[in-house]
Amino acid sequence: MFLLCASGESVKVFSTATEECLHALQGHTDLITGVLLRPSNHLQAYSCSLDGTVRLWDFTDGILIRTYSIGYPIYGIYASAKHEGVIFIITPMHTDTNSELFQLVAVHLPQCGEQLVEAKELSAVLSNISSNPAASAFGREGQYIVSAKPLQLEVYFFKKHKSYSFFLKKDNQKGGKNTFTCITCHPTEDCIASGHEDGKIRLWRNFNHRKEYTYSTLHWHHSAVSSLRFTPEGTNLLSGGVESVLVQWRYNQESQRDFLPRLGGAITHISVSPDGALFCTSHSDNKITIIQSCVKVSAVIQGLVKGDRIRTDLMIEPRSKALVLNGKPGHLQFYSLQRDKLLYNLDIVQQEYIHESGLEQFEVVMAAFDASGSWLATVEERKQKAPELELNLKLWAFDDQKQSFVLNTTISAPHEGRITALCFPHVSDGQTTMLVSTSRDGHFKAWQLAAPAHTEDEGPSWSCDFLGAYHSLVPECCCFSADSSLLAVGFQEVVTVWTPASWELLTTLSQPPGAVRDLCFGRLSCSKYLLGATTSRLLCCWNLLTCSLEWVTSMDVSLLLADPLSENMAAFCFEAGSTDLFVFKPGEPRPLFSHKALCSGRVTHAVFVPREVMLESCDEASQWLNCSHLYFLTQSMDLLTFITKAEEDKLTASSKQLVVSDDVAMTPFHLLLGKHRDQLENPQAESRLSVEPIRQPSSSAGINELLQMPAHVLPSASFLCSMFVQSLLISVNKPSEQNKEKEEEMESEKEEEDSDGEMESRISRPEHMPSGESGCAAPALTKEEVRELRRLKKLDHSWMKGLLD
Amino acid sequence: MASYKPTNIPVYPKLGEKVTEETLYWKNYKTPIQIKEFGAVSNIHFSPVTPYNFAVTAFTRIHLYGLLSQEPVKTFTRFKDTAYCGRFRSDGQLLVAGCEDSVVRLFDVSGKVALRMFKGHTKAVHVTDFTSDRYQILTGSDDYTCCLWDIPNSAQLNTYQEHTDYIRCGVTSQLNRDLFVTGSYDHSLKVFDARVDKSVMTINHGHPVESLLLYPSEGLLVSAGGRYVRVWDLLKGGQPLVSLKNHHKTVTCLALSSNGQRLLSGSLDRHVKVYNTTSYKVVHNFDYPAAILSLALAPEDESIVVGMTNSILSIKHRKPSEEAKETAGHQRRRPSYRVYAHRKSYVPKQDDYLVSKPVRQHLAKYDKQLKKFNVSKALDTALETWIRGRKPEITVAVIRELDRRGTLKNALAGRDEQELSRLLSFLIANLVDARFAPVLITAAEMILDIYQSIIGQSPVVDKQLLHLQSLLERELDYQKDLLEVLGMLDTMFASSLPKIELPCSGISTSNGLPQGQSTASRPQVQVN
Repeated sequence: MFLLCASGESVKVFSTATEECLHALQGHTDLITGVLLRPSNHLQAYSCSLDGTVRLWDFTDGILIRTYSIGYPIYGIYASAKHEGVIFIITPMHTDTNSELFQLVAVHLPQCGEQLVEAKELSAVLSNISSNPAASAFGREGQYIVSAKPLQLEVYFFKKHKSYSFFLKKDNQKGGKNTFTCITCHPTEDCIASGHEDGKIRLWRNFNHRKEYTYSTLHWHHSAVSSLRFTPEGTNLLSGGVESVLVQWRYNQESQRDFLPRLGGAITHISVSPDGALFCTSHSDNKITIIQSCVKVSAVIQGLVKGDRIRTDLMIEPRSKALVLNGKPGHLQFYSLQRDKLLYNLDIVQQEYIHESGLEQFEVVMAAFDASGSWLATVEERKQKAPELELNLKLWAFDDQKQSFVLNTTISAPHEGRITALCFPHVSDGQTTMLVSTSRDGHFKAWQLAAPAHTEDEGPSWSCDFLGAYHSLVPECCCFSADSSLLAVGFQEVVTVWTPASWELLTTLSQPPGAVRDLCFGRLSCSKYLLGATTSRLLCCWNLLTCSLEWVTSMDVSLLLADPLSENMAAFCFEAGSTDLFVFKPGEPRPLFSHKALCSGRVTHAVFVPREVMLESCDEASQWLNCSHLYFLTQSMDLLTFITKAEEDKLTASSKQLVVSDDVAMTPFHLLLGKHRDQLENPQAESRLSVEPIRQPSSSAGINELLQMPAHVLPSASFLCSMFVQSLLISVNKPSEQNKEKEEEMESEKEEEDSDGEMESRISRPEHMPSGESGCAAPALTKEEVRELRRLKKLDHSWMKGLLD
Repeated sequence: MASYKPTNIPVYPKLGEKVTEETLYWKNYKTPIQIKEFGAVSNIHFSPVTPYNFAVTAFTRIHLYGLLSQEPVKTFTRFKDTAYCGRFRSDGQLLVAGCEDSVVRLFDVSGKVALRMFKGHTKAVHVTDFTSDRYQILTGSDDYTCCLWDIPNSAQLNTYQEHTDYIRCGVTSQLNRDLFVTGSYDHSLKVFDARVDKSVMTINHGHPVESLLLYPSEGLLVSAGGRYVRVWDLLKGGQPLVSLKNHHKTVTCLALSSNGQRLLSGSLDRHVKVYNTTSYKVVHNFDYPAAILSLALAPEDESIVVGMTNSILSIKHRKPSEEAKETAGHQRRRPSYRVYAHRKSYVPKQDDYLVSKPVRQHLAKYDKQLKKFNVSKALDTALETWIRGRKPEITVAVIRELDRRGTLKNALAGRDEQELSRLLSFLIANLVDARFAPVLITAAEMILDIYQSIIGQSPVVDKQLLHLQSLLERELDYQKDLLEVLGMLDTMFASSLPKIELPCSGISTSNGLPQGQSTASRPQVQVN
């Protein structure tokens, strides 16, 4: 079973069994608005996009079959088995872009073999409809199509070429909450189900008469119904909304309901597999849940959780090098940057999340790891505005057995005001036993890990050790020096430097006007410097040996951070609507690297991620990336990073290779043959490929196996011989062969169109979409090889797998 | 699908004294038995042999009590005046007592008439004791002298006239028959050796010495006088080891717990304090209704007997040990053999496929209601009598959870007189508790908003509301007073502390919080 999911400019195909993304159907150049199975062939799918094209895909293999160019942005797509060769799309009524009016248009798809077809036969069906694709639906066997406007239901009968409209009163109780949100039709009966803003579901019947229609109302959801779907047999109706509960109503016995609660974020879409065995819900937090129809979750496909806001800093968990940030409400997510995979969510708040808009929830606003990753401190807040602020400081210890963080201490109301900063000292070896928090109540507190006072207490816990203040100013930020012998706390205009050993105030530094917003100690050879960014657009650098100002420069620093492995510091500056990045050493006057107009808006979250292997880059401009990556989050919540030139080359090379290996079915022969093809394709990458272990035949278990295999289970010796010998050879480029293959390719492509998605066509099809990078003609197998493969398909060649490794 | 997360019941730090093993040990006594004596109980002494009778000296009598009896087993009444210091010999056969009339009497515990009368002192004898060889008696008197007497021929062996004030305490060494220590109101302790004619060591206590105690090893000597308990190292020539000042009135008596690990001191301030003899920290404290004059512990700490100035003798017996109770309970509740054997004995074989049963999440009653969004019922369950009384933190946690869900108003509304009065009585009991105040104040405000209109309809509710009002007024006054005290303390600290260039005002203002929240910011520690 496959699951298709429109995601940005590509359609992702997931396996429902393994939750893996098999391929991404790429080709659209704008946001994809709809995906639909082709009613006449369940192995093909249509997708429509705002770029004005509808594309037909073979999604099992990830091939683009045809592109229909419509010419207008498309907001939704519908098709029905009854209307062969016709699709219905939602387009704006006027060609100008900002039109608010939309129409449903029938498109006759021209039948011809071309790749790119311009579909011109358009006929309007319904006009002035909603652009929401969920607000229109096909009725029983494609006899009618239903569309909902805010307070009106319009049914168009194809047979009679007539449309009926049904109106709801604007507000039968309170507010205009009667509006339609989504609609679906019963597959075998004349029944329309509509979801409403106030959480009601109405079942409309008898609507082929203008006057005698009836409807019944179901009410369970407390806020808007966002998606409705009937199962293919029409026995059940599924509904979902912001409550994150999937409700299954029995058709005709609506009092019987099944619930599947706590699925995650708000449900945005529901879809049902054609055989009705699986349901699938997509959620607002970047998650897809696959549900067996006995109402049991069978799989979860989860990407980087997108919260409403990132309140915590970006952090790196020192043990797993995972990126840590806000995830699900009340959780921290641990996201592996190397594998691009969500590792796990850590429940910080540990309370039942109530899905209700306008409810004040606990939010994780602050988190910090100590240097060794054995402690995590989190701050959660509720009712930030109100005087009765609820605040909890929690400390989590890493449990080696569970490989996770376990709650050690909860400190409720650690401060009277909101906490502005939280930091652990950088202890290189040994245990961290201190935490400093600063708050708007004008104090900063040092928390100490104390051994249990009595033997019967279970383990060490944290308690307040010191409470400091400075002239009742509000501390905004704090920072420990690299060796943790100094603590700098920024009290508005004044930076105070304390020694944590005795909690004495050593000195104060200040550079008025403007409050200090960000503080950062230099590291390694620059550890005598303290940098501070002020609100008056100044970046100051103090020398702690002389306690004097070293230099000042005028820039509006929105974020200042230090690379943990080098002296480098990065400053994100907000300048004229966009952000500039400067990377510099505090001791040197010239920045190492600067990038103007990095992105629009302020960058407030960034992190240096230590590399696993240091780079030996000699390039001047990218030297600062030798120790760490720099990841940052833009205002539109995109996570971006910098890479060096060499890395970029490597990345593109590997992605090319990935394309090759993805496209070809993994027959055992693939790598035997594919190896040569790789070399043909990337002659420049030969040095890399020449170290493949296949060139050490003496150690290959596969060859041993081949020699010990009984003769009657082997393919013919004449075939094997050449293959075997070839695998031992060091191949050279044959440019002439490449040309020859190009001709073969055209032939095989025609074959493929006739036989929809057979095995052979899969192997011999081109690697790159024609619409993709043009001119990248890829080699394919020769015809002889294809034939041989076809012959060998029935044989058991699992033994050949040994050759692959 | 994540499972339902139950309501988080915060663990509040225990207010008041910390529960330690010590407190558990010393609290494990039954309620005291109180016996009225004829006068102030000046001395209690346990017989060193079974059945561990104890002699209680009060006014003109000495009563012998059995360990578990509440009636005296025997009474010695042949005193002309107030008796002092009834003490057993180490074989438990003889009893000696001093008297106001300066005569020392020796009794056989089974007889009534005194076996010997030692006459020689000129004033009241407050101190008597047997030496460790059992043949001699030490006495100390208000005539500033102490004497040694021979029991067989009732002769005065030796007299020491070194003290310059009343001798009010003395103790003989249990290891050496010749050594004894006396303490006097002249602030000094003297160690005597019967083989020489004068004291061998003099230690200045600094206050009139009321009581003396030798450790079983006899290396350490404990003296009590004034508000001080002092420990001296005899082997180092009477070097002071530690000075304890934990009472606020004169310490009158000392005792060691049977294993010598704990030292007890009783005082006129009506407290008995228990010290750890390694750290000399107070580990426990007993309160008594009157000033304490005498104190004794039965062997194995089986009972604590305290005599007071109001002539009351208080006896606390140890509760039977936990183990004995536990084994009895275990036997009663053991399941039948079949069930027991079946569950335990079946071991899955190697190739068995184990189908694990999904673990059913157990939810408390209020959580079940909360899961179903039955907010009123959830509050009702949390307000059940035993939860409300025993574990108010659960009720408060449920109220907090309802508030978080934004449904507290719905849960509080629509209650009849009985339910409302239950709610109000909970508020009255817990509103001023600093741990619960932030949550309950919100709830109280909501209740007043909702039920404003029905005030005056029910006398019960009106009475409770008035009570609540007076409670709040009183609390406001307390807070005001506290703030005043805090201000005074601040000025005192500011003037008394040496002037350091420390711009931090934190030390003194850490508790200077606005009223109503004075303890809300106390770190709450929850150990998981």
